[in-house]
Amino acid sequence: MEHLKIAGAIITLIGSLFVLFAAIGLLRMPDIYNRIQAGTKASTLGSILTLLGIGLYHPDWLLKIMLLIVFIVISNPVSSHVLGRAAHFAGILPSEKTHTNKLKEDTLETPTTKEEKK
Amino acid sequence: MKIKAISIIFVILFAVWLILNNSVSIEYLISGAAIALLISFGFCKECAVFNDLRITPKAFIYTFIFLSVFLWELIKANFVMAKTVLSPSLPINPGIVRADTTLKSKMARLILANAITLTPGTFTIDIIGDTLYIHCVNVNIDDTEEYGKQAVRKFEKYLEVIYG
Repeated sequence: MEHLKIAGAIITLIGSLFVLFAAIGLLRMPDIYNRIQAGTKASTLGSILTLLGIGLYHPDWLLKIMLLIVFIVISNPVSSHVLGRAAHFAGILPSEKTHTNKLKEDTLETPTTKEEKK
Repeated sequence: MKIKAISIIFVILFAVWLILNNSVSIEYLISGAAIALLISFGFCKECAVFNDLRITPKAFIYTFIFLSVFLWELIKANFVMAKTVLSPSLPINPGIVRADTTLKSKMARLILANAITLTPGTFTIDIIGDTLYIHCVNVNIDDTEEYGKQAVRKFEKYLEVIYG
C-alpha cells in the first residue's frame, strides 16, 4: 500500500514536470503555431501522468480517472486544431523562421485580400 | 446500419454510466440501461459517426496496435518537445506542409488528425478536401512532401483496416 502511494507521488511529480516544460515552451517559442505545439503535447502527457498518479494514490478512483484521461486525449488535440485554424484564418502569419507555408499558398483569399483592401 | 450506430452508442453510454457510478447494483443497472437506450434512440436517428467502424477480430487487433503505437508516439513527442524547449539555441525549423490521405470515413480522418497532433513535432491545422495541412516544428526545406507523407502514413495503415 505504501509503495503504491510512493509510486503515485513520483508519477504525479513527473507529470507536473511535463506541464512545466509546456509552460517554458509557451514562453520561448516564437509564434502561435509553435506555441500550440509545445502546449498541446506536453500538457496532454503531463495531465495524463498527474491523473494517473492520483489514481495510484487513491486506487478507488482509478476507473473514473481512466475516463477523465480518455476525455482529455479526445478533447486536447481538437482544441489545439481549432485554435490553429482560427489563427490562420484570422490572418496571423507564422514567424520569419517558417520556410514553407503550403496552407497559405492554397488558401490565398484570407491574407492577401486583406492586404489588397488596404 | 442504424442499428449498429445505436448499439455502439448504447454500449459506450452504459459503460460510462457504470464507471461513474462505481456500482453494479440492480437499480443502477436498470436506470442506466433505460437512460442509455433513450438517449441512443433519441439522438442517433441520423448520426453516421460509427457507420464505417468494422467489428471484426482483425479490427480489434489493429485497434490495439494503433493504441500502442499512438501511446509510444505521445511519449516520444514529449521528450522531443522537452529537449527542444530546454536547449538554449531553440533548434526549430518550422513549416506548414501538405499531406494527402486516402481515408474516406469522417471518423477515421478525425482520429488521424488528432493522432498527428499528438505525435512528435507535427500538428494538423486544417483539412481541405483530401489534403491535410500539417505544421511541423522541425522539417527540412527540401523534403517537406516526404515528411508529411510519413506523418500520415504512420497511422493511416492501421485506420484503413479499422474503418475501411
